[in-house]
Amino acid sequence: MKRTFFILLVTLITVTGFSQNERYVNAMKKNIAEIDSAMVKGDLPKLTDIAASFERIGNAEKNQWLPFYYAAYCKVTQAFMKNEPERNDPIADQVDQLLNKADSLEMKNSEVSLLRAMNASLRMLVDPMQRWQQYGPIVQQYSKDAIAQDATNPRPYWFSGVSLKNTPEQFGGGCGTAKPQLDKALELFESFKPASELHPNWGKETCEREAKDCE
Amino acid sequence: MLIRLIPVLLIVLLVNAVAAQTTVKGNVKDNKNNPIAGANITIKDSYDGATSDSLGNFSFSTSEKGGQTIIISYIGYRSFEQVITLDKPLITINAELKQEVSELTAVVLSAGSFEASDRKRAAAVLDPIDIVTTASGNGDITGALKTLPGAQQVGESEGLYVRGGTAAETKTFIDGTLVNNFFYSSVPNIAQFSRFSPFIFKGTVFSTGGYSALYGQALSSALILESIDLPEYSAANIGITVLNGSAGFQKLTKKGNASWGLNYGYTDLSLAFKVIKQRQDYSRAPVFHNLDGNFRIKTSKTGMLKYYGYFSSNKMAFTTNSIDSVGYLDKFSLSNNNLYHNLSWKENLAKRWRMNVGVSYTNNKDKIMSGMQDNNKNDVLLSGLEFKDFDLNTKGHYFNAKLVIEKKLKALSAFRFGTEYNFSNDKINYKDYNNQVYPSSLKENITALFTEADVYVTNDLALKGGLRFEHSSLLNRNNIAPRLSLAYKLGKGTQASLAYGIFYQNPERRYLPSMNSLRFMKATHYIAQLQRVVNQQSFRMELFYKKYDDLIKTDNTGFTEAAVNNKGFGDAKGIEFFWRDKKTIPNFDYWISYSYLDTKRDFLNFPYAITPNFAAKHTASIIGKKFVQKWKTNLNIAYNFASGRPYYNILYDASSSSYKFNDMGHIPDYHNVSFSINYLPFIGKQNPKSYPVYVLQVSNIFNIKQVYGYQYSYNGMRKETILPTSRIFVFIGAFISFGVDRSDEVINNAL
Repeated sequence: MKRTFFILLVTLITVTGFSQNERYVNAMKKNIAEIDSAMVKGDLPKLTDIAASFERIGNAEKNQWLPFYYAAYCKVTQAFMKNEPERNDPIADQVDQLLNKADSLEMKNSEVSLLRAMNASLRMLVDPMQRWQQYGPIVQQYSKDAIAQDATNPRPYWFSGVSLKNTPEQFGGGCGTAKPQLDKALELFESFKPASELHPNWGKETCEREAKDCE
Repeated sequence: MLIRLIPVLLIVLLVNAVAAQTTVKGNVKDNKNNPIAGANITIKDSYDGATSDSLGNFSFSTSEKGGQTIIISYIGYRSFEQVITLDKPLITINAELKQEVSELTAVVLSAGSFEASDRKRAAAVLDPIDIVTTASGNGDITGALKTLPGAQQVGESEGLYVRGGTAAETKTFIDGTLVNNFFYSSVPNIAQFSRFSPFIFKGTVFSTGGYSALYGQALSSALILESIDLPEYSAANIGITVLNGSAGFQKLTKKGNASWGLNYGYTDLSLAFKVIKQRQDYSRAPVFHNLDGNFRIKTSKTGMLKYYGYFSSNKMAFTTNSIDSVGYLDKFSLSNNNLYHNLSWKENLAKRWRMNVGVSYTNNKDKIMSGMQDNNKNDVLLSGLEFKDFDLNTKGHYFNAKLVIEKKLKALSAFRFGTEYNFSNDKINYKDYNNQVYPSSLKENITALFTEADVYVTNDLALKGGLRFEHSSLLNRNNIAPRLSLAYKLGKGTQASLAYGIFYQNPERRYLPSMNSLRFMKATHYIAQLQRVVNQQSFRMELFYKKYDDLIKTDNTGFTEAAVNNKGFGDAKGIEFFWRDKKTIPNFDYWISYSYLDTKRDFLNFPYAITPNFAAKHTASIIGKKFVQKWKTNLNIAYNFASGRPYYNILYDASSSSYKFNDMGHIPDYHNVSFSINYLPFIGKQNPKSYPVYVLQVSNIFNIKQVYGYQYSYNGMRKETILPTSRIFVFIGAFISFGVDRSDEVINNAL
């Protein structure tokens, strides 16, 4: 019986021990899958729940940057899809707070820089006429940083392509200038390998769609 | 055997217990009982939690056990925390979240003031760029402010005439310290520009009354300007217009923690005056040299040291047909040198204490020569009119220092106190036609102590109370001025505000020295405001009453008009409206302002209380701005209106030793339509190397006759209209700035 007890105990400890990491991975995977399904269904309110869930994971784990990254990603994406610019400022404040947390755990990450660029763009959209002079250079700078920090990351090119596509032609936007960026992004998407199954690996489908639009 | 089994059973039980789930459900509301949707409910340090739905309800299950902390958070609200024991299958939590007082949602103490700044304030009605893009503004800081309710359209002299007050009742502050000679030196019947480029300021607060105890010595209004901090990147700029040429650069250090810059501008109006006929006959068209420099150093994460220095030298001379003697000319020449330094330092100290310290120094020299000439431009001295032949040399030294210590309290509440010291030394040399010199000199030291508290009771109710003490060495008197304002939020974007305050000011220098002992002049303000700012639309209505006491009265002392006592008085009351709409018409932004003013005062040489000649009963402006994407062009239009102001001719009657009206009436209504086009060809270019802006501006496009008033011959026998220097004015310019975004070498080569 002593042996049985010992085995039971060891099993219990191992299970709990393992489960810590496994639980993290599983919870993250589940949430990442939920992002994808919410996006497919166009279920924007769901993104609030997912962001909150990521935030809980981040706060509980304390040393993982990805939960905060994804929470910020959910909020940024939701704001872009909702397209209600007058509400962007408080959202952008929250995103900055989340990205500050991510930054403190993972310095100078290309993916974080890209979200910073997207977030600055959200702020600019509140009042483009008044704000482009202030936020335009900030968007540019973070995009440049994102590329400099990881030349294989397709998402900075994806973002630049999508932004240009949505900019009127008189302002230097439209498919003409967007297409090369989107093509460059597609090329990088082909060879892009995320650092782990939890690391960011999104954007290929929308990129293909946008590129097709411009053909 | 049984004994052996017990541990196993125990473990199984334990495992079961671990797996048993508790359901946590509940509801989240705000303090007004409205549901909060999207709040994040978390068990501290666990993954478990939920988000509240549109009714504020939530429910989730957790396998956590024992004592745990539930945290419920939502943006703009203070987090709710509760310790619970997860020992039963269902736990219910109903939370009420308290709103956090934040700049984004809190009520704004806005009575009496217009703010144009980049701060994300709920009630900001102006944007910084408005200051430079208002069509009738002529690129002058005060130009745009004159389209706001409360300010008068006075064209014959510079300055802001606010709510029945004179221009001298408005004081200007840059980074906290007083600016003397904010405008170029006065020229008879020609309004002068302000000296400083609007581009060096990031924030403007134009208070038309009821302003803070941090500022004093202004009976009517305070114009509070805040200079820009570090630039985003290095840049060079050149500007070429029909009036002037300028060049400068701004360099940001590699670390990005300091910057410095220099600008030089040369203005020569002779070309413009050749094309656009002026009423004056210039023997020397105005020429200005302006040089300014700055440095800004980030002294810590929150600290900033800023210096701005300015030097200007200008000269002009002209003649006009003399009203005093037909066939002769009045000659006027002015040369001015002005030196201005401003140094300010702000720093966060420990424990939410903050310090702001600033000093400014001005040295101003004016040399004015007045006389008469015959038709062949030869100087003449006419008997009886000898008084028109004089030289006036003035030298002024002004020093102002201010220290403000602030303690941030909970949320937005704050407590501040500080001191201000103002020194002025004016020397005037008056030389008459006989070359007899009458020197005069006047020194003044004003010391002030002030304290102020901002109290945000909730997001919906805020109070500001202040007290200012001043001592004047010249008057040898003290004053204590209380200030109070209050704002209450009535609904989303709607708020009501009240302001009250007493304001003191020394008698104006030009009426000093006096034979008698004088007191401070005094104004008491009462302001009530209603404001609604929702979705790119702003509406504001303000009622005010202003009472003047102890204004100075003047008497004829032979050569000059000098202050004799403080028996003057007056009042001003009115209602003002402001409406701005950026929403209704896409890409079109407009505002309308209207002021009704009823004012009378007895001061200076007025025989009795009258509506002064700088106060129109009705003033209105309509400003429109449209950006045409296709043309990359900004179109701006402005219409300004003022009902006919009164005019007077007041003469000294020697027989009764008093002032009497010789003539009075009203000038015609004033209308002005201005138009400007800004073409920005760089818009849409990827990584443009330069940012040119081309400007075309036409004031009074419909060539409407504008009358500013009347001037009289010394004996009151002849009368002449005071008109603008030209009917229409056209301004064309190109301003190009080169951003040096690391890659750009244009500027590096140029330096």
